[in-house]
Amino acid sequence: MNREYYGKLIFELSRPGRRAYSLPANGCPEGATLLPEGLLRKSAPELPEVDEPTVVRHYNNMSTNNFGVDTGFYPLGSCTMKYNPKINEEMAVLPAMAGLHPLQPVSTVQGALEAYHTLQCYLAEIGGMAEFTLNPFAGAHGELTGLMVIRAWHDSRGDSKRTKVIVPDSAHGTNPASAAVAGLKVIEVKSMPDGTVDVEALSAVLDDSVAAVMMTNPNTMGIFESRVREIADMVHDAGALMYYDGANLNPMLGVARPGDMGFDVMHVNLHKTFSTPHGGGGPGAGPVGVRSGLEKFLPNPRVVKNADGSFGLSQSDGSLGSVSATLGNFAVQLRALSYILSLGCDGLAQAGRLATLNANYVKESLRDVYELPIDRVCKHEFVFDGLADKTSGVSTLNVAKRLLDHGYHAPTIYFPLLFHESLMIEPTETESRETLDEFIAVMRDIAREAAESPEVVKSAPHNTPVGLPDDTKAALSPKVTYFDLMQ
Amino acid sequence: MSKIYYSETHEYVKVDGNIGLIGISDYAQHALGNVVYVDMPEVGDDIEAGEDFGAVESVKAASDLIAPVSGAVVEINEHLIDNPRLINEDALSNWIIKVELTAPDELDSLMDEAGYAEFVSNQ
Amino acid sequence: MGHRYFPHTEADIESMLQRCGVASVDELYADVPPGLVLNRDYELPRSMSEKEVRDYFHRLCAANRPLTCFAGAGFYNHYSPAVVSSVISRSEFLTAYTPYQPEISQGTLQYIFEYQSMMSALTGMAVSNASMYDGTTATAEAMLMAVAASRKRNRVLVSQTLNPYTRKVIDTYARYHGVTVDDIRQIDGMTDLVDLQSKLEQDDVAGVIVATPNFYGLLEDYSGVAEMCHAHKALFIVNCVPSALGVIRTPGEWGADIAVGDGQSLGMPLSYGGPYLGFICCTRALMRKLPGRIVGATEDAGGQRVFVITLQAREQHIRREKATSNICSNQGLMALYATVYLSVMGAAGLREVCEKSMDGARYLVAALEKTGRMKLKYPSAPYLNEFVMTCDFDVDDFVARCVAGGILPGVKIADGEILIAVTEMNHRSEMDALAGIVENM
Repeated sequence: MNREYYGKLIFELSRPGRRAYSLPANGCPEGATLLPEGLLRKSAPELPEVDEPTVVRHYNNMSTNNFGVDTGFYPLGSCTMKYNPKINEEMAVLPAMAGLHPLQPVSTVQGALEAYHTLQCYLAEIGGMAEFTLNPFAGAHGELTGLMVIRAWHDSRGDSKRTKVIVPDSAHGTNPASAAVAGLKVIEVKSMPDGTVDVEALSAVLDDSVAAVMMTNPNTMGIFESRVREIADMVHDAGALMYYDGANLNPMLGVARPGDMGFDVMHVNLHKTFSTPHGGGGPGAGPVGVRSGLEKFLPNPRVVKNADGSFGLSQSDGSLGSVSATLGNFAVQLRALSYILSLGCDGLAQAGRLATLNANYVKESLRDVYELPIDRVCKHEFVFDGLADKTSGVSTLNVAKRLLDHGYHAPTIYFPLLFHESLMIEPTETESRETLDEFIAVMRDIAREAAESPEVVKSAPHNTPVGLPDDTKAALSPKVTYFDLMQ
Repeated sequence: MSKIYYSETHEYVKVDGNIGLIGISDYAQHALGNVVYVDMPEVGDDIEAGEDFGAVESVKAASDLIAPVSGAVVEINEHLIDNPRLINEDALSNWIIKVELTAPDELDSLMDEAGYAEFVSNQ
Repeated sequence: MGHRYFPHTEADIESMLQRCGVASVDELYADVPPGLVLNRDYELPRSMSEKEVRDYFHRLCAANRPLTCFAGAGFYNHYSPAVVSSVISRSEFLTAYTPYQPEISQGTLQYIFEYQSMMSALTGMAVSNASMYDGTTATAEAMLMAVAASRKRNRVLVSQTLNPYTRKVIDTYARYHGVTVDDIRQIDGMTDLVDLQSKLEQDDVAGVIVATPNFYGLLEDYSGVAEMCHAHKALFIVNCVPSALGVIRTPGEWGADIAVGDGQSLGMPLSYGGPYLGFICCTRALMRKLPGRIVGATEDAGGQRVFVITLQAREQHIRREKATSNICSNQGLMALYATVYLSVMGAAGLREVCEKSMDGARYLVAALEKTGRMKLKYPSAPYLNEFVMTCDFDVDDFVARCVAGGILPGVKIADGEILIAVTEMNHRSEMDALAGIVENM
């Protein structure tokens, strides 16, 4: 990462008369078209006028102010920032895939449909589910789709009074938000002191108005919910379904499957567990899997394998409807397929276990200087509640910002909400012992610095391209376009 | 002479006759931090005791405004549109909406100034 | 030997286990009840070398048939400049997460700010968010936004001229969220404004959704529609094709409250349906109701202009079930795609794309009509680069014959009707070939 801040906007490089594009001649007579004045825009859009070298240099300079997994260690809890293999990128843009129109006849897209079908079968095996749809565009979209599957199932049984979803208070904010979009009310249940679901509290709110219970396992503290099977039985007895939020699937690869734990519906984040790049916020993909008996509720269209071995598209009558025009973020699916093939069953089994080993190693190496509120074996991630020594007044935010000075991305901070100073670390399996040791050493240095010269930590970051931004100023009078800045 | 009442969700209503000025308590503004936006209803809207009628936002938090009493909105504090931080400066003078009370009996279930002070001290 | 993506040696694992105080990695899973442990390998192939992965995909590719594309229906084959793929493959952009740490994410934050500015310029709206999944879900989010902004209404009106793929997604969201969606009738491929007026009369409509160009490729005249909607306190939502906005009247100019659509037409590969990009723009009055991420400018401690995610109090991680939307991400890399594309093309390039596409469309319409077998369905309506042809032959049979000749002639939308799109990518010789097939039907 470049320490020099590159802060120009492309608009500020614009000079009238420059251009960066070239278009082919099409051999047709020009200017044949006259449209009524009232249907045309009054003036040209204010877009930059720049030449090609300027465009390239501008965005490359901008990129040097960014930090990615390819730049350095990115222990962002709950986000599974593992290495994104390069072969996946190559496989995602092959012209015979990238050039396909989504409404081409199925006879001309058999390879694409096979890729989709193969990936959905692989995910079904990994999740212990009967069938997956790959149509949802992201994890949150998958949650929404999964909850719609659940509502469609209840509706098909004429059970219309199930309007609530139970969510543990440690859940990601997306869970309750998705439930609300799906027209369901949210009931939060408290967690036990060890961060796991309070089974008794859950049982107390479980009645015939509950459509589903959403769980993440391991949960957001990185703790495996050992009583999951018991919870599933209880939920099923009450006539509700179990939803698995796949955000934390990574450590379970090769070890245990959500379907076997008693979950009925689940989503996976291809951009977490299956290494597709996060792209600064997307595109991701949130495939949704269901147990046997729920397949027909999945969104349309579905990809099916015909008796003759060919692939087709089908529309199911019982389907919840469509959550996308076509088959979702196809190029992201290709990357995930490439990843699963590269790892194979043997590599996937290693991935989960090494993720867990790396997390426990970091946890055990720092527990004397950071407060470990839940002292148990973790899975892929764990949570510190700030520094062990609270007397310096150095906060989790300060520690996070100081890490930036040392060339690391910060862990997830102030989530989960169960602790005041949450610092959530997820190293992933693709980090070497040396990388972890260096990180551990820096974390220990920061703890020592917090005790010896707390002001240095509190005023961090010191050597990032820009300093701490004024968030209040941004929110008070929002300037959200270049044109706002010109006013 | 107006009298002030508080709810457990930290809204106040200052009542003069059948007119009430509703805002958030000093304790609430302090807990929220720098207010950057106040989401207000429109004049003419009806609000119902216990239901939310808007929200107060800081940079990284948002707090729903829960109506302490029912009524019809007759005025909103337009100063807050351009300068929401007035709430931080003086929450009690910078009320958010003015309502015409439709169920003055509801005031009986609210706390008076001393009651609220005690309530807050137990928070 | 470990896998090529995992750095761990046997010795590493040994010493790390020691630090953890356990004898084996399995001990770290002692809290997983034995009954839940898989105890076998997944029934999946074993790991492949890169060469084997490549071969696998090349085999799949061989089973596909790329075609000369005259299909549109919301997905357009526009030219993608080489600069774009070069920039978006930079790993600092590609492998970054959401810009939660602004001090080391100015690259992402800055291109989102540029993206928002460009979408604002294109749509004529004051505010854009940082992007959404795609055009269909963005339109559904606009519907939810209208319902939320109205506070009490839960009915929206949707023109029958809106893309039916978008409509299906709207209907799904509406059904589960408890929103009633009613049609605004179409007459001759155009929204019936009389029908709209009568359906607004009950004063229970939260939003009205129309399209430009519409599904049939036609440009509708929405003069007075904004006033009609606002008189009944309904929001006016315009779904649009951004590539066309270099030329056609913008949602802002029509008086829209919200502009939505899919960014795919900004040179994004068709890629069998995704990833594309949804955009949603609105008036300043509605800014705080906008779903998704928004980037704003501010200053850092040293007074430099910097960019941050702002107005976060609207979002799911703070508001949970009361958030405007459940969306967490944006379509980051595709927003960068659109930004670089628009930098390269500029206003002049967009206009030229539009003009070339229109020239081609006029040429093709004339060539197809000359065969005497096909007719423009809406001959008196203004259109851009996409149009409906009626045929005196079976459309499925026609499509099959075209495909045999390496051409995707369009999308069948009804018996005897095909929707055809021309872009700057189509050469006259391809159009002559298509007309040649028609002659032989």
